Amino acid sequence: MTSPHPHLGIRDLLQTIMPPRLCALCHDARAILKRPKTGQQICKECFFWVFETEVHNTITEAKLFKPGDRVAIGASGGKDSTVLAHVMKTLNDRYEYGLELFLLSIDEGITGYRDDSLETVKRNQQQYDMPLKILSYDELYGWTMDAIVSQIGKKNNCTFCGVFRRQALDRGAASLHVDHIVTGHNADDIAETVLMNIMRGDIARLGRCTLICTQGEDTIKRSKPFKYAYEKEIVMYAYFKKLDYFSTECIYSPDAYRGHARAFLKDLEAARPSAIIDIIHSGEMFEVKEEVKATQKSQKTCKRCGYMSSNELCKACTLLEGLERGMAAAAVTERARKKLDAEGPAPESLRTIPFFQQSRGPHPSVALERPT
Amino acid sequence: MSAQISVKVEFGGGLELLFDNQRSHRVSVPVRVAATPAEKKSLKDDTGAAEGEGRQADVAYLILWLRDNLLKERAELFVENGTVRPGILVLVNDTDWELEGEGDYQLKDGDEIVFISTLHGG
Ligand SMILES: [Zn+2]
Ligand SMILES: [Zn+2]
Repeated sequence: MTSPHPHLGIRDLLQTIMPPRLCALCHDARAILKRPKTGQQICKECFFWVFETEVHNTITEAKLFKPGDRVAIGASGGKDSTVLAHVMKTLNDRYEYGLELFLLSIDEGITGYRDDSLETVKRNQQQYDMPLKILSYDELYGWTMDAIVSQIGKKNNCTFCGVFRRQALDRGAASLHVDHIVTGHNADDIAETVLMNIMRGDIARLGRCTLICTQGEDTIKRSKPFKYAYEKEIVMYAYFKKLDYFSTECIYSPDAYRGHARAFLKDLEAARPSAIIDIIHSGEMFEVKEEVKATQKSQKTCKRCGYMSSNELCKACTLLEGLERGMAAAAVTERARKKLDAEGPAPESLRTIPFFQQSRGPHPSVALERPT
Repeated sequence: MSAQISVKVEFGGGLELLFDNQRSHRVSVPVRVAATPAEKKSLKDDTGAAEGEGRQADVAYLILWLRDNLLKERAELFVENGTVRPGILVLVNDTDWELEGEGDYQLKDGDEIVFISTLHGG
């Protein structure tokens, strides 16, 4: 046999003439992916099938939905929520969940970041034929993240963004009259959060962050159908399905701590892929006591905006008051809050958040499913 | 100077931002390269090894070559310990590189190598 490439050695020839690896599931097509969970080598079609089926199993085992539910997909335009929208639509059609699906996006007002990713969400709306609701920090709070950062700098801006986003998502969901918000958090994200809670010694959050479904301070359920989906598979799924997603780091997110946790996790995963699931299981071990504690907490509403709160003022109102009065640190540190209080009551003219109207009667309490 | 192989390189998932915001590139690398990987040494304009010497250019070489010839900023977000940083997926002709010997995969003319970051927000 004469090689067309005289410079090739024996290994190259082997590489050329060896038959392609066959899929471990169908034994027919060429394998294109090594699954991080199982080490199995599988073909493209089998990959789509097992990925979707595993999410379906996660959904049915945790009994996340019932027919007729209105479900909002928290859509950022990024890989996870884009794949989630695609898979939710696929499963809703295939298994006749009977869900009404919506896309819900929050516009934080970050020029060059969120405005670009919202364009992706708008394309998703067309591609998946789902109604889209965009709620902006600007219309809800009167502040964009750009404006917040120009006032407070980049140091604590993630605190503001996190609190504002959570309440904005709930208000957006309430305006869509949905029962349920699903988010694209994947197994890697959850393992990373477990690690961060361990590093911070935040045992209360540790168990809670692994729950597949939570009800939080409000009555709208929040679930993570990708709880057991590896990031690698989500990205591969998007790649092979040629899904349209947006991928740029938030320009204000120098969350170095999370970055370190992520890098550490990826190193662990490289050494042993099951590390992700092992860490999630570790977090789950803390679950039970936390559930007991959660049910004991009394429910109050914020006296200023009517949103669920465990204090007189909800976190968003506290942060907003600090911003409006030029004392943004107020909600971030205890001492600064006291200083704010010492300055007297909030002025009449203070900009506040529109009063929160619960759109529906009380929901039945959600069963917090324990994964098996 | 060694003969050259031409391969198509694609970046995705935000990695393209390190490469002049260009997703698709066509690059030529030497067929034969130094026997030991050059993690420390720069491969800028590397002319490779003489015919019959060194090793066949592989993906491990390509990664360092890209770092030294195509990457515009923040090399540490692409390369770590002589290979791609954990969390970057690599595909060789649309197949997970883990099925192709990872860095040991020897490049052939016309190969398509894709790098996708999983580290950017979702
Ligand atoms: Zn198959
Ligand atoms: Zn409030």
